[in-house]
Amino acid sequence: MPDTARSRPGWAGASVGTRALSVALPGLPQIIAGRWAAGATALLTWLGLLWVLGSRLGRVRDAVAGAGDEKLAVLTLLAGLITSWAWSWRDLHRHDDTDGGGVSQWDLAVSAFSKNRTAVVGLMAIVGLYLIALITPLIAPHDPNVQYDLVSLRFNGMSAAHPLGTDELARDVLSRLLYGARVSLAVGLLAVTIAVTIGTALGAIAGYLGGVVDSVIMRFVDMVMSFPRLILLITAIAVFQPSMGLIVMVLGLTLWPGTARIVRGEVLSLREREFVEAAVALGYSKRRIIRRHLIPNALAPVIVAATLGIGNTIVLEAGLSFLGLGVPEPTPSWGSMVAAGRDHLLDAWWLSTFAGLAIVLTVLSFNLVGDGLRDALDPRLRS
Amino acid sequence: MTGLVLRRLAGAIPLLLGVATIIFFLISLAPGDPTTLMLSPGLTAEAAEQMRVNMGLDEAIHLRYLKWLGATLTGDFGHSFSHAQPVSSVLLSVLPNTLLLSAAALMVAFALGIVLGAVQAVRQYSLVDSSLSVVLLFFYSMPSFWLALMLILALSLFPQLWGLPFALPTSAMVSVDYDQLSLGARLLDRVAHLILPTVSLAVVLTAGIARYTRSSMLEVVRQDFVRTAQAKGLPERAIVFRHALRNALLPVVTLLGLYIPMLLSGTVLIEVIFAWPGMGRTLFNAIVSRDYPLVMGGAFLFATMVVLANMLADVLYMIVDPRIRQGRAADA
Repeated sequence: MPDTARSRPGWAGASVGTRALSVALPGLPQIIAGRWAAGATALLTWLGLLWVLGSRLGRVRDAVAGAGDEKLAVLTLLAGLITSWAWSWRDLHRHDDTDGGGVSQWDLAVSAFSKNRTAVVGLMAIVGLYLIALITPLIAPHDPNVQYDLVSLRFNGMSAAHPLGTDELARDVLSRLLYGARVSLAVGLLAVTIAVTIGTALGAIAGYLGGVVDSVIMRFVDMVMSFPRLILLITAIAVFQPSMGLIVMVLGLTLWPGTARIVRGEVLSLREREFVEAAVALGYSKRRIIRRHLIPNALAPVIVAATLGIGNTIVLEAGLSFLGLGVPEPTPSWGSMVAAGRDHLLDAWWLSTFAGLAIVLTVLSFNLVGDGLRDALDPRLRS
Repeated sequence: MTGLVLRRLAGAIPLLLGVATIIFFLISLAPGDPTTLMLSPGLTAEAAEQMRVNMGLDEAIHLRYLKWLGATLTGDFGHSFSHAQPVSSVLLSVLPNTLLLSAAALMVAFALGIVLGAVQAVRQYSLVDSSLSVVLLFFYSMPSFWLALMLILALSLFPQLWGLPFALPTSAMVSVDYDQLSLGARLLDRVAHLILPTVSLAVVLTAGIARYTRSSMLEVVRQDFVRTAQAKGLPERAIVFRHALRNALLPVVTLLGLYIPMLLSGTVLIEVIFAWPGMGRTLFNAIVSRDYPLVMGGAFLFATMVVLANMLADVLYMIVDPRIRQGRAADA
């Protein structure tokens, strides 16, 4: 970053009080120095996780001896604390001259992205959502699948014990919402990872090799893209038994053609450039040229599409769950929670409403970040 | 021009063959075969085997595939066992309802989306622009099925509860007493039933179209011919409508091809919610009752609609953009 020297707080001249404060509250020095986005993320992570550790100490202790799920939550908790603190410490003690003189495209993109406030807020929300999803076993007020007294606790409104009410089986809505986040976020991330991997590889191969290989791959892409995606999804899921793994697979396998098209388009223009010619002249293999020269240069639009794709995939997964073709019960998912509230809109409006809001806010965060990335990664749009 | 349309049509044929192939092999991956659902438990093994022979299920998969492909291409999609009717007549009876719903949603989305996007672009960085951006992104991120439920709550259930006169109907295409109504009342009844499903489907698309129109318009406004128009001293209205918007709308036409698959995906959810007797709901019910011939026929029809929509978008683009029309006509 060109302006790092100015924005990094000086450690050498700081008083003891300032030093103590920045050790206790990582991120605060960065906020003061004007880099509020990175600083606030670190500070909020630190304080939030510290609060969880403090207020749920008993559960943390139980969780260490508990199932893999709960162990993972504790690990996330500790990793989050260490990362936010260590990042802040290293950031304060790094010397500017180690950066070197050059400014890469990625540095420019990072600085453009961090100037986009809404995008940064979206990114912070995403980081927060994933953290919350991972440490859910420590913070959820109830077991999401425990059915409390059906007579007195069915369809209860908001109360201190059940902040977002209870559902038709007297289960705690807030806890189910928290556990439901895990399904949505995991499915979105995993499916898009599959799609990006396959799509990038096949798109680059098609674009660089051309000829018959290109035709075969791209005609297949055309065929898959001829289906409305939900139609292909429900058909595939109807054939097999719905499960988390199947849903991730079919979502990923229906998304990759879009990525392949983008990458192929990029590669077609990249392969005419001098650096590729140079690589060919140096006698590099096609495999190496594709992997080391073409794909890295075609990644910018893929990253944007992937980010927006996660949001889109979360909506689709919710749609599948809404139709009863998603992750099977009793595993809570946002889509099936919206569906459960459908017949009780008037007497228990909170069932559908909160689950839907959770979807909207999550997808909104991904869309904000996707828009921000598009602006930051495209040199023409950088102001 | 005609040559180009014909060429696109010729290109669609192998595409549809491929689509049919994907559907066939996807369904044939299903464990067991269709007879397992139809047999009563007490049936003997020979009777079951006879049934498989009758349905041609004892043949090798490539023979079944060729037979099915041949039949499909001649418009014979087989027999739906849940409807006890030929698949083609089931699909034909529900197709118009889906077309009506999608056409209504598309019209609303394009009209509203273009207006909103143009307003934003003309007033860039104003309060209107930034607040619309936030609102549109919010709606853009919204699952249509949840919006549908919220609309039902706000525009039908609460008004009913409070005895307000404008509670909208939330299921089927017409009221139960439709046959007793006068002609004008019938029309009104149909429109009332169309409102909620259309709005639920259109909102996400509207937000997408508005976002696209805004950026397209902002790109056009920076171009030389707009500055020329300003230099000539044309009124702002003329510049916005006659010069900027007309050129900004060219790429918006391509959204048609992009959004129709999205729209058709949406119809499944929306038709299920509003009990709208269309293709999406029929396909969903077929899947639930494992009526595979109907599933295959329905999926094929959906894919055909997307292929046709893409062609339509291409042709429309050629019509509205003279550069492409002449450029491509030269090499045709």
